[in-house]
Amino acid sequence: MKKLVHRLGIPGSIALAIVTLFVLVAILAPWIAPYPLQGAGAPNVIAKLQPPSASYWLGTDHLGRDILSRIIYGTRVSLTNGLLIVAFSLLIGLPVGLAAGYFGGWIDEALMRGTDVFLAFPALLLAVLMAAALGPGFLNSIIAVAVTWWPWYARLARAEVLVLRGQPYVEAARLSGVSHPRIIIRHILPATGRPLTVQAALDVGPALLTAAALSFLGLGILPPTADWGQMVDAGRKFFPARWWYSAMPGMTIFIIALAFSVLGDALRDRKGGASRASA
Amino acid sequence: MPLLEIKNLSVSIPTPDGDVHAVRAVSLDIERGEIHGVIGESGCGKTMTGMAALGLVPKGARIQADRFHFDGEDLRENAVRLRGRRIGLISQDPAAALNPVLSIASQMDDVIRAHRDMPRRARRAEAAGLLAATGLPDPERVLRSYPHQLSGGMQQRVVIAQALATGADFLIADEPTTALDVSVGAQVLALLRKLVAERGLTVLMITHDMDVIAEACDRATVLYAGRSIETGPVDDVLQRPGHPYTRALLAALPDAAPHAARLSAIEGSIPAPRSTIAGCAFAPRCPQAMPVCAAEPPPERGNDGRRWLCHLPEGTR
Amino acid sequence: MELLRYILRRMLLSAFVVVGVTFLVFVVAQVVPSDPAALYAGPRPTAEQIEKARQELNLDAPLQARFATFATAMASGDFGISYKSRRLIAEDLRAYLPATLELAVFSTGLALLIGIPLGVVAAAHQGRWADRLGSFGSIAAVAMPTFFLAMILQLVFAQWLGILPLSGRLSREIAISAPLQMITGFNLIDAILAGRFDVFGDALAHLILPALTLASYPAGVAMRLTRSAMIEILERRHIVAARALGLSEPRILFGHALPNAMGPALTVIGLSFAYALTGAVLVEIIFAWPGLGRYVSEAILAKDFPVIAAVTMVVTICYVVMNLLIDIAQALVDPRVALS
Repeated sequence: MKKLVHRLGIPGSIALAIVTLFVLVAILAPWIAPYPLQGAGAPNVIAKLQPPSASYWLGTDHLGRDILSRIIYGTRVSLTNGLLIVAFSLLIGLPVGLAAGYFGGWIDEALMRGTDVFLAFPALLLAVLMAAALGPGFLNSIIAVAVTWWPWYARLARAEVLVLRGQPYVEAARLSGVSHPRIIIRHILPATGRPLTVQAALDVGPALLTAAALSFLGLGILPPTADWGQMVDAGRKFFPARWWYSAMPGMTIFIIALAFSVLGDALRDRKGGASRASA
Repeated sequence: MPLLEIKNLSVSIPTPDGDVHAVRAVSLDIERGEIHGVIGESGCGKTMTGMAALGLVPKGARIQADRFHFDGEDLRENAVRLRGRRIGLISQDPAAALNPVLSIASQMDDVIRAHRDMPRRARRAEAAGLLAATGLPDPERVLRSYPHQLSGGMQQRVVIAQALATGADFLIADEPTTALDVSVGAQVLALLRKLVAERGLTVLMITHDMDVIAEACDRATVLYAGRSIETGPVDDVLQRPGHPYTRALLAALPDAAPHAARLSAIEGSIPAPRSTIAGCAFAPRCPQAMPVCAAEPPPERGNDGRRWLCHLPEGTR
Repeated sequence: MELLRYILRRMLLSAFVVVGVTFLVFVVAQVVPSDPAALYAGPRPTAEQIEKARQELNLDAPLQARFATFATAMASGDFGISYKSRRLIAEDLRAYLPATLELAVFSTGLALLIGIPLGVVAAAHQGRWADRLGSFGSIAAVAMPTFFLAMILQLVFAQWLGILPLSGRLSREIAISAPLQMITGFNLIDAILAGRFDVFGDALAHLILPALTLASYPAGVAMRLTRSAMIEILERRHIVAARALGLSEPRILFGHALPNAMGPALTVIGLSFAYALTGAVLVEIIFAWPGLGRYVSEAILAKDFPVIAAVTMVVTICYVVMNLLIDIAQALVDPRVALS
């Protein structure tokens, strides 16, 4: 524990604690939410738009549902959103990058130019276009963001492979007639996969931020399932008089995105061996 | 009174693994109008001595001295004010000393503007004049250029012109010829001699090259492991070296020993910069070392202006 | 010579990317949606109406033919008609694009103006409190959800302090009683051209909050990039040399070190511009800014695919051109870029 704090620095450790807390909240949602039924979407019309109070810590929404419970349930959606986006992106980006970097030549050229096309779009716009085409929904919004996300992993993977390909042991394996798939799986994938997975884990934050923007636009998961972005949007009609409706979920998104950023910084500093002073 | 007076200067830089003693005990008197060479292997503290005089030591470094004065002013307090006004720097690699993305004109102009209140036109003329004074044939063209468009020798002349533009009368030249071809380096040294004669400048010439000392300097001080171990008029130091280390340096010169062209040809290596040294720092490498050498600091030999530190009695040199 | 070759190669690459973008937009807008004809035919269409729409949209033609038609239309600036309003999309774009560009340009400028000096100051005070505060601020700016920041700014500056307008692009009185003649479509410029300084002030006041919202993220990035570039540059010999020449510290930071950091600064311009173009979708809704973002968000709700496709195409091409210009500028600033 002490070692971890030393390695991540104090801000990094706090960030890690926050991320861990959110993961626990997501897992334990039904047991820790004060009003599990409302969290899951049941209306509670006797307590519409109430300000934060002892019984409703963060206030209630326009259907009288406890905002804290909604946020706790929304954690599940947001975290799975973020996780699935990076997972799908890795699933596409990693093989593309591996193939481009390993085989080189025209395969590389074709794959990377294709990647360029995806990167040519301002990311959110392509996601909006995709989400609109697929229609709103949980899985659709994830696919829409993943479409804009995977090219980064393809590039990263390719860059890693280019370094590895020149390594003597890879050269030796190739010269001794080991098959391409076997070299990729045994030598290239393990060494490329690690840094990429770390990057992907840190990208969960920005990914869920993008997903929240989509659901704010009405292109994410549909009500009554709780979703932070969608809550901020719904609360906009009552803003600023009933500020808590938008502000609480908005604040939550900010906190988790900030935690991921700070954590990412702490890890990068450690890897680069940068001075502890700047952490 | 000497222009630059240094007595027992030490510079130590704290690091997590202990203090680095970059300069341990350097004493140096530089008279007005002379070119004073400071020679030693890399890591002997010669550059750090110069940087201390400019107030450009790393953050957190500790400077201590019995006396560290420039023209009567304490450098520990006034280095930042004096640098760029009275003390200038000519650094080792002119390509690195010039800003790659600014034209020579704007770099010269910046310096002139920082020191003199002149209208724009006059500054331009002044810049051209200074470049001409350093022997650059077509100053206007040089002003329009960017550093990468000039040769190394031209770049070094621009750096010298910049130093002149500050109005400084004391220049610290840190290995000014190392990055240049031999013939170009010789021209730069000749230029410095000429400027000293014409403008009454004083130069501290930091070098690891005995040839530079012989060619350009009036007096010289030899540094070893952060200490000044010998000083005197160049001819005397070269012909009748007092300290065994100076002798070894001279023996390592190409014409003295054709097969050992470099200083590192002396066997062994310099003491680690973090270590503490009880006796003579050169003792472990000295061919004439005696038991006392490792135990006690060596006494000062010689007289006014011609001194060295050694346990060996004077007659044996 | 290398420079020219580099520029030509970059232009060729951009042209290729534009073709790719066109294809991708075509696929997403015309192939992925389940039944464009039903959407085109209007609400609750009859089977005949749908069949007619299919023919009008040429949906039965082979894919290559449809792409060819789509690409030619895009190239000639013919974006078709909106499913919903039945208006010419090209005309709508002409009305909305300047508003979005004005916002994007202004916020990009703001981001650089805030981010770069902060990065320089943080680098000069590396490791000290000014640096830590600035670094944390930049992380916070990057992690802030755009739509949430927009609402906070509205709350503080429009509701509480009441010093800036809540939303819109011009005050209603001005827009109705004395409308501005559209010359460039940029209100700020048009107001100056018309000599209407009251309008200029009004337009500027309306511009500040949305531009500030959009500038937050790129300003954070600009600060971080500038900081790390400056830390490296400040250790270079020519900075030591400049100090030894007696130049003042601000002069060294901004006159000598910062010009060496132009590369990262140019990168930030591209990034910031892209961010402004897409962030506009969110920000324009909240600030009721009559630009492409609001236009496309209305189209999303109506499943108006020709509009979505047109906006995506136009914005992406703006982005590609911007990146091309930045790459060229970078090669001009630093000739080494062209060689690699």
